[in-house]
Amino acid sequence: MILHPGILALIVGSVLTFAMLLYAAVTGLGILMRWDLQSSSEEQLLMERKTSLISTLINYAFGFQILSLLLFLYTADQLHPQFVGAMCATGTLNANPAGWNVLFLKIILFFASAFWIAVNTLDQRAEDFPLIRPKYTALLFLTPLVGLDLYFQLRYFTGLHPEVITSCCGALFSERGFAIASGLAGLPPRPMMILFYGVLTTNLGITLLCRKTSSGAVRFLLASISVVTFFVGIASIVSFVSIYIYELPSHHCPFDILQQGYAFIGYPIYLTLFGGVFFGTLPGLFYPMKKIATLKELIERSEQRWILLSALLIGSFTALCSWPVVFGHFTLQGYL
Amino acid sequence: MRHLKILEYALSSLLRRKYKNLSLVAVYAFTVSILASILFLTHALKREAVAVFSDAPDLIVQKVSAGRHDLIPTGYLDSIRTIAGVGDVHPRYWGYYFDAMTQSNFTFLGINENLAGLELVQGRMPAEKGECTIGQGVAQAQFTGVGDQLVLIDSRRRSISFRIVGIFDAASNLLSNDLVLMTQRGLREFFDFPSGRATDIVVEVYNPDEISTVAAKIKKMLPDTRPIAKAELFRTYDSVFNWRSGMMLTLFSAALVAFSILAWDKAAGISGDEKGEIGILKAVGWDIADILELKFWEGIVISLTALLVGLTVAFVHVFLFNAPLLTPVLKGWSVLFPTFRLTPYIDLYQVFVIALLTVTPYVACTVIPSWKAAVTDPEMVMRG
Repeated sequence: MILHPGILALIVGSVLTFAMLLYAAVTGLGILMRWDLQSSSEEQLLMERKTSLISTLINYAFGFQILSLLLFLYTADQLHPQFVGAMCATGTLNANPAGWNVLFLKIILFFASAFWIAVNTLDQRAEDFPLIRPKYTALLFLTPLVGLDLYFQLRYFTGLHPEVITSCCGALFSERGFAIASGLAGLPPRPMMILFYGVLTTNLGITLLCRKTSSGAVRFLLASISVVTFFVGIASIVSFVSIYIYELPSHHCPFDILQQGYAFIGYPIYLTLFGGVFFGTLPGLFYPMKKIATLKELIERSEQRWILLSALLIGSFTALCSWPVVFGHFTLQGYL
Repeated sequence: MRHLKILEYALSSLLRRKYKNLSLVAVYAFTVSILASILFLTHALKREAVAVFSDAPDLIVQKVSAGRHDLIPTGYLDSIRTIAGVGDVHPRYWGYYFDAMTQSNFTFLGINENLAGLELVQGRMPAEKGECTIGQGVAQAQFTGVGDQLVLIDSRRRSISFRIVGIFDAASNLLSNDLVLMTQRGLREFFDFPSGRATDIVVEVYNPDEISTVAAKIKKMLPDTRPIAKAELFRTYDSVFNWRSGMMLTLFSAALVAFSILAWDKAAGISGDEKGEIGILKAVGWDIADILELKFWEGIVISLTALLVGLTVAFVHVFLFNAPLLTPVLKGWSVLFPTFRLTPYIDLYQVFVIALLTVTPYVACTVIPSWKAAVTDPEMVMRG
């Protein structure tokens, strides 16, 4: 099982990124302990130079982490014919429960990596490395997480046995199960649609407001509503968007939409949601850093771009999810 | 705009050291083409297998005797017909034949009336004992055509001649290339089958979800049989091909490591000229970050060029020349396989996998050397 080309690419990539991060974390630890911008010793000069090496290493490593979420999902989906009872990625992930850990870790790492890259980009543009300590402290927490991701990936792929009969989305995302997944699937479509469009409209409204004012409260509000959007978005995909895409009132799987039969529509849906949520949280998260003089102007300039991107991505997400609801042949009239 | 300018500079600086970079791209592209050939070929073979098996019967029942495949009594047909949900049940007569003259293996199949899905190129299906329809591979190996005789040695060492009434070509060449079709009676006499025995039994199951239940019932009713479901065939082929290509990839990972070492060496061993160049860039105001970006663009240009060249070479190797370097290892389940054309097809997923497998090590190997180059002190360099 381990010798599938996609799995090999994932593992080779993960091992390399973990090695790169480990090197970066160890060097970062040294910098954390002895960093002194006032000093003009040779050691400080070397450390300042090393920050550029570490940034490059981590940018590459985290860039790979972001790609690897996509590769992991696609590979899991590709593997499903190997398992009796599996029809999509759900079945493959069920075949060895470690798979779910990998998926959740990769989603966490997706956001953490993207956030780290954003902080780093800003920090490098400022002249006095204002964020160097929080940045490298975060790195010390992220590196073990990447290690954990590698560990679970190895455990998952080595523990996949084709003879195991797995249960797939029909069982997991059914309305009668007990887990969170079936809880999501059992959410009634009409209230869920009201919530979905309510949250998205609020989100877009606050985003527009953010472009007008420079108030901190609005930015925090945008960050909070973005987090809410993420969960409501996922819940809505399971609850009603999936139904409209499959045109089948009982099928709630959030993974089948990633398949070719549905024109891979799941990828743009998830990417716009993830991207929109990420850019939506940035202005709020960076707001406290405006206190730092060298960063203030940089943040204010980037902020407008983030807000615009967030609005565009969330708008596209809404359009993608609404398309089958509005223009599809399928209606839920009898069920609403 | 700034990034574009740096990219422009990276391109001109790569061009200035044409030969050094070309040699790197050549090795890089070679590594990519090996990996890509493996993946393309496996994928093409998988698709061929799926095309072949899409018309395969839902369930095949074989008799197993002393752990080996044995001829199955035709009396079993009636027992299987009693199972609910079972459609058509019929025996199959087929076997392998080694042709000493052409040193090749043929597959013989005795047909019954309802053999559909084959498009005859010319001629017709065999209708009586002394007739046969052959695949193009057999026709080429024997230098024969429609209307000629096909002389074969039967199991009692008598030479029997069959009149060729058709040569056919199926949707997938893999299916019919080595095939000799004859009537069931002709085949039974040729191989001297004991009466009341067939090679195996094919079972049609109306509801595909019931196949495994029917298989379990057959196994219970006739314990000396082995039912094989179509899905199992698919799965076996899929995992066999995955395993083979993974195995090849692992073997060639040595090449990847060697390439990574070369990339490291090339990136680390920068010439005095290059050092001087970086020194001057820094003296005129370039930042470490700018130089690193320059190196990043150089890496991107080299990687993309090598990927494109490598993928093209792999495409030509696999789909135009039928992968002469790899087929013996990857195909390898048959003794004779006259040439067949693979259907050209590129899966974006595979391109993505190849890119990750080759670019990630390259990037990992060149980061530290390029940083070392970037932090070089301008003053030190220019002093010589």
